[in-house]
Amino acid sequence: MLKQIHNWSLKRSLWVYHAGASACNNCDIEILDLLTPRHDVERFGIMLVGSPRHADVMLVSGIANRQIAPRLIRLYEQLPKPHVVVAIGTCACSAHMFRDSYNYNQPIDKIIPVDVYLPGCPPKPEAMIDAILKAREKFK
Amino acid sequence: MANLFVIFISGFFLAAIVGLLASWLDRKISARLQFRVGPPWYQPLIDIIKLLGKETLLPQGATRWIFLGAPLIGLAGAIVTSLLLLAVGQSSGFIGDLIVVLYFLSLPSLAMIIGGSASRNPLSALGSSREMKLILAYELPFILATFALVAKAGTLVLGDLVAWQAANSWFILKLSGVISFVVSLLVIQAKAGLAPFDIAEAEQEIAAGPLLEYSGPPLAVFKLTKAMLLFVLPFFLVTLYLGGADNWWPLKYLFVLTLMVLIKNTNPRLRSDQALRFFWGPVTLLAIIGFLLAVLGC
Repeated sequence: MLKQIHNWSLKRSLWVYHAGASACNNCDIEILDLLTPRHDVERFGIMLVGSPRHADVMLVSGIANRQIAPRLIRLYEQLPKPHVVVAIGTCACSAHMFRDSYNYNQPIDKIIPVDVYLPGCPPKPEAMIDAILKAREKFK
Repeated sequence: MANLFVIFISGFFLAAIVGLLASWLDRKISARLQFRVGPPWYQPLIDIIKLLGKETLLPQGATRWIFLGAPLIGLAGAIVTSLLLLAVGQSSGFIGDLIVVLYFLSLPSLAMIIGGSASRNPLSALGSSREMKLILAYELPFILATFALVAKAGTLVLGDLVAWQAANSWFILKLSGVISFVVSLLVIQAKAGLAPFDIAEAEQEIAAGPLLEYSGPPLAVFKLTKAMLLFVLPFFLVTLYLGGADNWWPLKYLFVLTLMVLIKNTNPRLRSDQALRFFWGPVTLLAIIGFLLAVLGC
């Protein structure tokens, strides 16, 4: 019963933390666009927070190169349970055109568990809203 | 004793519910001013419930008991102040001391400082020091502004201050009252941590300042304290300047709250040195003028 109430509240109050794992800034700008008044994600209770300790959803963009990978793991460990991770952009899903780069490490879903993949270069803010609302289905 | 317990619980729930609704109103008005829809009315409550069910993480090297105890200190301060103010509204013979309320009102800020310092994070420590500077800045004009009414009514008892206003007129209808009200409004803006004085929590600069390392239930307690302050602080102003809690108190309370939200939405954040200069310069000067006018009887 308590768990049901908590899951119900979790679905309606998603606090988002944005972890930029050496992205080219394209997805990052679109994520900022997502949080502007035009898209008004506060309707769904989605809010941007500055600390992973406050977050329920972590958005990861970029390829997570060798330098950023240990830091990404550390950020992931700081997320309080329960949480979901959304990979934003084709880079985060499959490394895209940086696959043969000298500092490419390994796919993000080999570094941390990823719940929802959102390809696109960059994905539209509407697609991101859809991804986050799909990600919250994990809370049940 | 049982009676006291009932008062305590009911006062807590009233302050919490009104405070959560007030923080929804804050978010909704902000949203409407930005031409968007905004969150549903139960959003702040949902945030609290969600945080209560999440995991509590302790930062490595943090002082455990201080880190977890600080939110409770702040919540206690907010509850006791709301109880004192509500008791003044309920019964006429109640001796609520103004100075006690002033002390308890600074407890939530002190809790933020203690919690931020105990969490062993450079950004939290920075936020704590900013909060400290803010307290140094606003306490002097706040005390001067509240003591304008004391100088006029000649008593420190909250119930008598309300009775004096009932016998004469609302304090805000006097010239000294208007000046003191403006000063107090600016100060409670800083006490509630709203823009332009949200420098301690500055999301864009130092993440969330003292709250950075908090997660789960302790964060929920901090958020609840913030929400309750949105009830307590305007209600304190209503008690001091707008004739206390009679049947019209919701309207008076909404008036002060709306003023706070409008100030929040029309001003960018100050730097800490600007805030210090603002409070020690023009605001203190205004407070002194208001106090002198009250002593002279205007």
